[in-house]
Amino acid sequence: MNRKIALIICFIFGVVMFLQYFSGHPVSRRINQAILEYWQIIFAFTLVVGIVGVMRTNIEKIGRGDDVFFRVVTLAGILIMPLLALVWGIRADTPFMWMFENVQAPMQATVFSLLAFFVASASFRGFRARSAQATVLLVSASIILLSRSALGGILADEIPQFAEWMRNYPSMSARRAILIGIGLGSITTSLRVILGIERTWLGGRQ
Amino acid sequence: MLIHSALIIASGATLLDMDRLPTLIASVVAIIIVAYAIIRNRGGRKFKMREIAGLSALDNAVGRATEMARPVLYTPGWGGDIQRPTTIASMNVLSHVAARTARYNCELVYPTHDPVIMAVAQEVVREAYADAGFPDRFKADNITYVTSSQFGYAAAVDGMIARVQPASIFLLGTFEAESLILAETGNSIGAIQIAGTDSTIQLAFFIVACDYTLIGEELFAASGYLSGDQSILASVQAQDMMKVLIAGFLVVATIAATLSAAGILDPGAWWRF
Repeated sequence: MNRKIALIICFIFGVVMFLQYFSGHPVSRRINQAILEYWQIIFAFTLVVGIVGVMRTNIEKIGRGDDVFFRVVTLAGILIMPLLALVWGIRADTPFMWMFENVQAPMQATVFSLLAFFVASASFRGFRARSAQATVLLVSASIILLSRSALGGILADEIPQFAEWMRNYPSMSARRAILIGIGLGSITTSLRVILGIERTWLGGRQ
Repeated sequence: MLIHSALIIASGATLLDMDRLPTLIASVVAIIIVAYAIIRNRGGRKFKMREIAGLSALDNAVGRATEMARPVLYTPGWGGDIQRPTTIASMNVLSHVAARTARYNCELVYPTHDPVIMAVAQEVVREAYADAGFPDRFKADNITYVTSSQFGYAAAVDGMIARVQPASIFLLGTFEAESLILAETGNSIGAIQIAGTDSTIQLAFFIVACDYTLIGEELFAASGYLSGDQSILASVQAQDMMKVLIAGFLVVATIAATLSAAGILDPGAWWRF
């Protein structure tokens, strides 16, 4: 019975949201706005559930002596940042903003900068000419790399032009083919959910 | 214009946004094709899908983790929320993986950036464990929200991969810049990795760094492929019908555009639809 109610609610909201997308009427926009506001409320409640879950798990694992250092840092972050925001606010020149600019932002930048090294290691593995396809990938990547550096233009004017052609035609056509597949997959998945054919999101089997 | 005028109601506001008319027509055509494929399937016709290596390898990946007595790590990426079809498709695969981990008594770890996804994933995994006959093996704490920050999430999942050392990693969902950070870390510990996303940019990274990658619509076809449900397989067949339709449209539009550019024929601008 609970499943049927969930499926009916999903169908009604799916149809309403589908129809309102194609309407320019103010009532339609208000429906959309109201649903988005309810969505924010639901998100806020689940965020509380999520944070409580993180805290509970970390406290339990600290009690068991499991990765204590990492978990203490996590809990400190969860507690200190909201505390600073509540006491001094979140404007410029507050402890919260100091922590954000001098601790959180540099840490995020550090993780992001790892990407450069990972691109290099992944390229090293991916560009080994083990097969005909891998050789095509290696040659294509070399041409693109050359065209993106000053060296490409110095060696031959045709290199940047050829690289541009590769990006605009063979690469773009493959990308669009994948995008069409993804678009069609998204449409059919959405339809399956709205029509109740796909029920895995409710938990359990079809 | 006549239809447009007819759709203007007493308040003066339009019921139909004419800028979205082409999308509406395409959507209606898609709905008709999917409905046709599903109704036709009721005649008892069986569909068979080509083998998808990434999906066929799911059971082996869970089996490998069980043999090595190490967990399976599954994460849906930072880019999506529960409204996104990719996340729903990922949940379908999660249900299958969870049923296998329940049966083999293998630990399943699921970190996510979105508390709503966490709540839905907990239910999906709980039900999968119950259906498999092992509800006591379900650990809600393993399906956890980590943070909504992109690189905070990447750092948290990277840390889990490094400490927990999962034997198998599933990266299925919507990924952005964190994709390669996670995939390379998984590669560095020697985990078998199965990935799939709707981002064409991140697909390139996954193809290089992972053992199996679900490309394009393969992720969306996963639930039909894994469950063998004929209604879902019929909707996957509808995708193929739509592809043929789009291909035909592209050929006709290309000929029309070429003739128009050459000044041979003036077919108008209908093909820009």
